[in-house]
Amino acid sequence: MDIVNLGVGILFDGVAYGMVLYVIAVGLSVTMGLLGIANLAHGVFAMAGGYVALSLMNNAGAPFWVALVASFVAVALFSIVLERLLYRHLYDAGELEQTLLSIGLIFVATAVAHFVFGPLPQRVDIPHAISGQLTFFGETFPTYRAFLIVVGFVLFVGLWLGLDRTMIGARIRAAVDNRSMAQCLGIDTNLLFMLVFAFGSGLAALGGSLGADIIAIAPGYAMEQLVYFLIVVAVGGLGTIRGPFVAALLLGLGDTACKMLVPQFGAFFVYAAVLVVLLLKPAGLFGKA
Amino acid sequence: MQGRAHTLAVMRATRRLRVIELLPWLILIGTYFLLPSYLPLATQIIVMILFALSLDLLLGYTGVVTLGHAAYYGVGAYTAGILAVSHWSEPISGLLAATVMAGIVGLVTGYIILRTKGLTLLMLGMAVTLLLEALANHFNSITGGADGLQGIMMPPLLGRFEFDLYGKVGYVYAAVVLFLAWLVCRRLLLAPFGRSLVGIRENPLRMAAIGVPVSRRKLIIFTVAAALAGLAGALSAQTNQFVSLNSLSFELSGTVLVVLVLGGAGRLYGAFIGAPIYMIAQDTLAKSSPTFWLFWLGLILIGIVMFSRGGVLGLVDLLQRQLKERFGRNAAKIGEAL
Repeated sequence: MDIVNLGVGILFDGVAYGMVLYVIAVGLSVTMGLLGIANLAHGVFAMAGGYVALSLMNNAGAPFWVALVASFVAVALFSIVLERLLYRHLYDAGELEQTLLSIGLIFVATAVAHFVFGPLPQRVDIPHAISGQLTFFGETFPTYRAFLIVVGFVLFVGLWLGLDRTMIGARIRAAVDNRSMAQCLGIDTNLLFMLVFAFGSGLAALGGSLGADIIAIAPGYAMEQLVYFLIVVAVGGLGTIRGPFVAALLLGLGDTACKMLVPQFGAFFVYAAVLVVLLLKPAGLFGKA
Repeated sequence: MQGRAHTLAVMRATRRLRVIELLPWLILIGTYFLLPSYLPLATQIIVMILFALSLDLLLGYTGVVTLGHAAYYGVGAYTAGILAVSHWSEPISGLLAATVMAGIVGLVTGYIILRTKGLTLLMLGMAVTLLLEALANHFNSITGGADGLQGIMMPPLLGRFEFDLYGKVGYVYAAVVLFLAWLVCRRLLLAPFGRSLVGIRENPLRMAAIGVPVSRRKLIIFTVAAALAGLAGALSAQTNQFVSLNSLSFELSGTVLVVLVLGGAGRLYGAFIGAPIYMIAQDTLAKSSPTFWLFWLGLILIGIVMFSRGGVLGLVDLLQRQLKERFGRNAAKIGEAL
């Protein structure tokens, strides 16, 4: 019975963790596929979202839902400023410049977070509506994690439909496949890029604030979580919506299993698995080679 | 045939040692006599120069952007350190063993990493570092784990020179190793092999089209860079007589990247300029306030990307061009030598 409990626990926590990773990293995958920008500072947006939401809740007493929306909007707007000021100049620059700029942003954001909020992780109070336990088939599950799983799935379906069935989705796909051809057809790719960048950053903020109880909001966030976000994007493969979803699920499950079963090895087996996957499929599970 | 003669003449001219290239070595000699109390810090700087130089082969010359170079530094450091605590403490053979070990790890991991590009390549470099860090942390009976590898005792160098408390022998030892490594790098980069690396950086498709085995060359230089990083790590382990888990961290990979870019990547001497600036600034600023250090470091990186992509040496170029415009060729000669 214990083994069953452990298995169910890993499955449940792993999927919830995977959903948080997905919500954060999907924006990175889309901006990478669309803009070709290696924005390593993506985690900064997630961290900023977490700080905005938690300070609104802890200090201003704002309701959870309001805080979520506010973090999305604030970070999306802030990312537009950064896009216009910095990233825009790097669309045609080399990988090195993009890497350096994003590392510089991570450093500055880490220092600012440290200065404003202090070195400790932020306190998280899960609202009443989604705290407590759910009982299914004689097993109890934390409601908060079930909520994360639902949100992740809804977002996945929404993004899929949005990209597959709407006009703006078709425009984005066209710009990913062939930017200059899309421009010739009258698509304002500049505006499109800006909107996609803002939306991706907003999603990261949403993921950061939703998952604050799983990935603690602290100054080192952007640097420590970076490799996980990159794994989701690289293993999933660029330019797809389901790629990062599957990769995030696998990573969430694998990481949770490692931490519960062989904690003494840290995330060793996760990294080893990532190396093997990319040795076999260098473009990721769903990427076009 | 005139074209060929001209090409050979240019190659010979670039291969010839220019006077300014002696400057770093004169400074190193001068430091030994004039600043004896700073020799331990200067030894750290030498190690960092060597480490950044190894990254320059890969990043500056070949154009492979990686955030995992610390992995090989760490492998070298731990190899030299573990050998030293398990009764193989002769320094020079330990140094060589560590270099070879880091080269082997570089060859194996490079084979996987170099099949990818962009974001995936960056991630794999980080993953290799984190994987090795997890291993080093787990096998703490061998590596000392989070406490670091302690108790490294170095016997006298060449059986004669005791490693002293003031770091004199360590400093000379590190400087000689750096000098030899620099000779190798310089020779390698000026040889046709080195020029083909620049070709790969500028246009890999064209290089492949004219018959250069691009992937193999990349793997070779990846292995060489890893081995040299291991040499730097080993040198650090032997002169500090301590190895910490930090030598296998993402932060160190980031640091060496910053050092190189600060000086100027792809210029052979970028490492020689970036390392002292970074290390001295860190030594004076970071102790009082590490948070502000990170803040300024970030701003400097953003500044480099937005305004001076060539680092300090790039700024020197710019200055030289402007001098040339204003005062004619003679005034610009000093700048040209760089």
